[in-house]
Amino acid sequence: MGSLPTSRRDLLAGGAVAVGAVAVGSLVTPAVAATTQNYALNNSPMIASPEDLIAYGQRSKYVKSFRIHEAGRPEATLARYRDFGLTLHINAPLQDFLGTVAPSSTHYFATTKGALLPDIDPKEHTLTIQGLVDKPLILTLDDLKRFPSVSRFHFIECAANSHTAAHKTVQESHGNTSNAEWTGVLLSTLLKEAGVKANAKWFIAEGAEEIKGADSIPLNKGMLDTFVAYGMNGEPVRPHNGYPLRLIVPGFEGIFNTKWLRRIEVTENYMLNMDDYGHLRRDPAAAALGYQIGVKSVITGPSGSQKLPGKGWYEIRGLAWSGQGKVTKVEVSTDAGKTWQVAELKGAQNPQAHNAFGLMWNWDGEEALIMSRAYDDVGQRQQTSREAAKSLGATYAAGYNPPGNRNTIMAWKVAKDGAVTNGLDALNSIV
Amino acid sequence: MVSMPSIASFKYLPILLLAATPALAQSAPATYGIGRAPTAAELAASSITIHPDGTGLPKGSGTAAIGAKVFVDAGCEACHGVKGAGGVTSAPALLAAKGPEASPWDRGVMAVKAPYATIMWSFINRAMPFGNEGSLKPDEVYALSAYLLAVNKVIPEDMVINQDNLAKVKMPMNREPATVAGPNNWVRVPEWQPGQPRFKGYPG
Repeated sequence: MGSLPTSRRDLLAGGAVAVGAVAVGSLVTPAVAATTQNYALNNSPMIASPEDLIAYGQRSKYVKSFRIHEAGRPEATLARYRDFGLTLHINAPLQDFLGTVAPSSTHYFATTKGALLPDIDPKEHTLTIQGLVDKPLILTLDDLKRFPSVSRFHFIECAANSHTAAHKTVQESHGNTSNAEWTGVLLSTLLKEAGVKANAKWFIAEGAEEIKGADSIPLNKGMLDTFVAYGMNGEPVRPHNGYPLRLIVPGFEGIFNTKWLRRIEVTENYMLNMDDYGHLRRDPAAAALGYQIGVKSVITGPSGSQKLPGKGWYEIRGLAWSGQGKVTKVEVSTDAGKTWQVAELKGAQNPQAHNAFGLMWNWDGEEALIMSRAYDDVGQRQQTSREAAKSLGATYAAGYNPPGNRNTIMAWKVAKDGAVTNGLDALNSIV
Repeated sequence: MVSMPSIASFKYLPILLLAATPALAQSAPATYGIGRAPTAAELAASSITIHPDGTGLPKGSGTAAIGAKVFVDAGCEACHGVKGAGGVTSAPALLAAKGPEASPWDRGVMAVKAPYATIMWSFINRAMPFGNEGSLKPDEVYALSAYLLAVNKVIPEDMVINQDNLAKVKMPMNREPATVAGPNNWVRVPEWQPGQPRFKGYPG
């Protein structure tokens, strides 16, 4: 025993519980348990080897929440890994997330061009800062942890996170985004240490994976809020998310948030690296959107494939975020967009982060089309596809979406029997 | 480790405390002096960045004829098909189905669509061949670049490609001035500023 009971009362209480659990467990008959439950008794069995969970915990075996492959992308089998061209996109179970922080084990991740998962020894790994700097630097993990640190909540989202009418769940439609608390050192701190030359305007961030993915990023973003993260949700960054170092570029498309970061090179010009080549655009309107995720929200519950057991009160819950800044307001409609109510924003409103929202709803048992829309502090509101077409001077046709990341409104249809299905076609049919 | 004062030096403790106090209130210095300077060799070896103007390219050269052999020997053909025609695996075709009369956007492949030939060189050098990345020697990368440019009719079959002329290859994508929208041009990335919205014209 670690410590002795401090009083006779503690001793009696502890002993009574232990004895009661053993004795009652063997006496209760199923018939009795099914009809009346005696709340004084503890009928739960005990976890078999709790000592195994002391050093490193696990979730309850009753919690079934898993990542899935994005529909239409190759699965993550070894054979597929070996087949060049694989773009592995793994969707997070947003419908199961409670609050705003994604559990690290189910945080979304994506790779391009068949990236395998590097197995990096942190003792061997360094970050090199070079290019247009006065004093190039090689920094170890231990070095990086000596600088002043920041801990910030930020979402990361793949630019291809695009909901369609074919998606059955919110995990399929919106699962290529997750939010975590990232800890690390501001890139501005490191660049000041190295001394940036006057003609510098861009920097390259490069990963250590087999294809050495690299992006050009505006230096003013690098000096504003970009940081080199070694921590994720209170522990070292997970391998799928870039262990041991990941660049966090708040609000920019996922691909800029370079995993397995090994090199920062400051440059004068846009470098047209491999990842930049993937961003080549023909349409000026699309090129201008290249970096940022727009203002976006989605109802995660009730959401596709769930079922409401009957009419009555429910909290409509969801996530809202903007790559442009802070979410200022979320509205929810339960009548196909005829009227909107302001939802409650939960907790602190972090910029470029998922924000949880909720709205209590008394469902009358009739068919309903529910949806959310977010506002942000640069003054924009999430639009339907039709609204977006009008705002951008485009002609609306079925399937229209604004260029770049799809941040239009998503709708869910609640049937009379409580079944929830994709409501996007129903939304887009409303003129 | 800083050695602790012995009991005998206890009388100096107030002085030590006084000396320590300013350290607690110290403001952030301009730099922290953390990390080390790379050696010249480390610095030269670490960057694999190739600038659009060719800065960063190592010495070397190659022709399409040599490249055709490397394309088979290095295993490129196994994934990308004969002459890079595709269709073998999910690896993309490297030989455009459409000829030079078509827009580079419609021809699609990197040897045509890349605004600078250096992009392709850099891509092959860092990311190919799949499963054995970084194993090609500079001459092999020049030869493969020459081969892919030649089969797509961007350069003549017999042209020797090297560190001096690769960046000067006139690519099909870069035929109009930077500021002019056209079928053979790409849109330059605008400057990003904090607080800049992704779309203009979205209502609040």
